[in-house]
Amino acid sequence: MTERQVFGPSFGEMVLRAQGLACGRGGVVLAEALNFVVASGRCLLLRGPNGAGKSTLLLTLAGIVSPLAGGSVLEGTDEDAGPQLHYCGHRNALKPRLSVLENLDFWAALNGPTGMAAPDALDRVGLGHIAGLDAGYLSAGQGRRLALARLLVSVRPLWLLDEPTAALDVEGHALVTELIDAHLDRGGLVVAATHDPITLPDLTRMQTLAMGRAR
Amino acid sequence: MTIETAPKQSWWNRIAHPGQFVAMTQRLLWPLTIITALLFVVGLWFAFFNSPEDYQMGDTVRIMYVHVPSAWLSQFVYAVMAVSALGTLVWRHPMADVSMKAAAPLGATFTVLALFTGSLWGRPTWGTFWEWDGRMTSTLVLLFIYLGIIALWRAFDDQLRAARVIAVFTLVGAVNIPIIKFSVDWWSTLHQPASVFRADGPTMPGSILTPLFVMFFAFTFLFLTLHLKAMHTEVRRRKLMALERQAVQAGVSA
Amino acid sequence: MTGFLAVIGRELHLALRGGGDVLTLVLFFVIIGVVVPFAVGPDQALLARLAPGVVWIAAFLAMLLGLDRLFRADNEDGTLILLRQADLPFAAIVAAKVMAHWLVSALPLIVASPMLAVLLAMDLEAFGRTVLSLLVGTPALAAFGAVGAAITVSIRRGGLIAPVLIAPLCVPVLIFGVGAIATGPGPDQSGPALLFLAALSLMALALAPFAAAFAITSGED
Repeated sequence: MTERQVFGPSFGEMVLRAQGLACGRGGVVLAEALNFVVASGRCLLLRGPNGAGKSTLLLTLAGIVSPLAGGSVLEGTDEDAGPQLHYCGHRNALKPRLSVLENLDFWAALNGPTGMAAPDALDRVGLGHIAGLDAGYLSAGQGRRLALARLLVSVRPLWLLDEPTAALDVEGHALVTELIDAHLDRGGLVVAATHDPITLPDLTRMQTLAMGRAR
Repeated sequence: MTIETAPKQSWWNRIAHPGQFVAMTQRLLWPLTIITALLFVVGLWFAFFNSPEDYQMGDTVRIMYVHVPSAWLSQFVYAVMAVSALGTLVWRHPMADVSMKAAAPLGATFTVLALFTGSLWGRPTWGTFWEWDGRMTSTLVLLFIYLGIIALWRAFDDQLRAARVIAVFTLVGAVNIPIIKFSVDWWSTLHQPASVFRADGPTMPGSILTPLFVMFFAFTFLFLTLHLKAMHTEVRRRKLMALERQAVQAGVSA
Repeated sequence: MTGFLAVIGRELHLALRGGGDVLTLVLFFVIIGVVVPFAVGPDQALLARLAPGVVWIAAFLAMLLGLDRLFRADNEDGTLILLRQADLPFAAIVAAKVMAHWLVSALPLIVASPMLAVLLAMDLEAFGRTVLSLLVGTPALAAFGAVGAAITVSIRRGGLIAPVLIAPLCVPVLIFGVGAIATGPGPDQSGPALLFLAALSLMALALAPFAAAFAITSGED
C-alpha cells in the first residue's frame, strides 16, 4: 500500500461502545454479556464458528434486531444527522433487471450521494467496464463487488460487514482489505464478521472478538 | 471474549414472568368456573321457566338469551385483543402476546355462535336463515377478521415475532371495525329503505331484562374463565417449545 | 425528496422492465369482466345493472392478487433491510412504494376499464362515474394492501394469507366505491358515497405507511 487515497473529509472522533449486549433471535440467546469498544480508525473482526451469532450481532448493531439485554451506541455523532452506518449483509440487494450502474445510482440517491460518484465507485471495485450490464448477469463475486461499491457512494462512518469476502477471488480479498484500510484512514469504524483472514497493513488497528461458546 | 454457558439470563427473564402469572392466577380458575356455572344455572332457569313468551315470536324469543350475549362478546373479545395488542407494542409485555393469542379463537367462536343463533332465530321470525341486515353483515365481516388473525398466528413459525406483527394488524382492524360497521349500516339502509328489522324496537319488559342480564354476566364470565385457561395453556406450550429448543441447542454444542 | 422519487422511479422501472406482471394483471381484470356474461347470461339490461359492481370486484381482486409483490422480492434479496438505513424515514419509503404500487397496479386497470364498459353495456354516464369512483377508491385498496403485504412479508408461505386478511378490511371501500356509482333504484346517495370514499382513501393513505413500516420493522425483529 504505497498510495493512500483519502476521499473527502475525515470523520470526527467516534466510539462504538457495546455494554452488556446480548443478542439472539426467536427467543434463543446466541451471544450475551458482550462488552467492546471500537474507536475511530479501528476495525473489529468477529470470529467464531457458524451459528455463533456473528450475523445476529451485526444486525443488532445495525438496529434491525433489538438487543435482548444491554445495548450499543455510536458516540460522537449528531443525533439528527440520520443513519450513520452501512450494513452489508449476505444478500446483495441487487435488482437483476436494473443495470449495474442503475443499481448503484439508486442507493446513491437514497442514502445521499455524499461519497464517490457512482461510475468512479464502480471503477474502484473493478466493475467499471460492465456498468451497463444488467445486474442479473453478474457472477456471485461481481455481485459482491457491486454491493461493496454501495459503501463508497455514500459516506457513513460505521461499516457493518457480514462476510464481505464471500464469493470473492484473491484480488477481491485484497480489494476488501484496501477498502477497509482506506475507510479506517479517514477515521471510519468497521465491524466485520469473517472466516477469511483479513490482514490490514497496520495490525495495531485490528482487534478481534471471539464468539461462540468455549469448549 | 467468550460466551460462558451460564444460565440464559434474558431468556429466563422472559419466561419467569409468564410462569409467575400462571402461578398467581391458578387460584382464580376454580372460583371463576364456579361463578360461571352458577350464573348459567340461574340464567338458564330464568330463560326457560321464568320469562314470558313473546306475543309474536313465541318460544323462539328464548334464543335471544344466547344470541345477545354472544353478539356482545364477539365485540368485547376484540376489544380485549386490541388492548392486549397495545400491551404488546407499547410495553412489550409477554403476557399481552399470550392474551392476544388466546382470545382470538374464543372471539371467533362467540361470533360464530352469535351468527348461528341469529340465523336460527331469523328463520321462524323473518322466514329466512340469512338476511343482509346491517348488524348481521358487520358481524360476519368481524368473523372473517377473527379468522384472518387465527390464520396469521398459524402461519408464523416464531411466535414471539408473530405477536408484534399481529398486534399491528389487530389495531389496524380495531380502527377499521367502526368504519366497516358504519359503511355496512349505510349500505343496508340504502338497499332496504323501509327498515324491516330493528332489535332496538319497543322497550323490553323487566321480565325479559332480568334473565338477559344474568346471561350477559354468565357469558362474560365464561369468556374470562376460558381466556384465563387458554392463556395458561399457551404459556405452557411456549415453555415446552423453549425447553425443546434449548435441548436441541445443548445437544448441538455438547 | 430525491430519495422518495428514487424509490418511485425504481419501482416503475422494475415494473415496466418486467412488463409481464402489469399486463397479466390487466388481463386478469378484463377476463373477470368477460366471464360474468357467461355466468349470468348476455342480457344487456341485466349486465348494465351489474356492471359497476363487476368492475369494482374485478379491480378489487386484481389488486389483491398483485399485492404480494409489493415487499416480498425486496425482502428476499435483502433490499428491505437496507432501505431501513436510508436517509429517508422508513415510513416515507413505504409511502413511496404504495404510490408506485398504485401507479403500476391500479392505474393500468383504470386505463383498461373502457373495455369492460363496452363488454358490459355500460352507458357513458355510468362509465364516467365508475372511472371517477375507481380513481378515488383504489388508493385506499393500495394502502390497505400495503398493510397486508407488510404483515405477511416475513411469512415464508404468506402469498395467499395477505388477501384473506385484507379483504374484510376493504369492505367499506367496495361499498362506497359501488355506492358512488349508484345506478340502482332508491334514493341517489352517490354524492355522499364519493365523499366517504375520498375520506377513506385519504385516511388509509395517511396511516397505512406507518402501520406497514411498523409491521415490517416488527416482523424483522
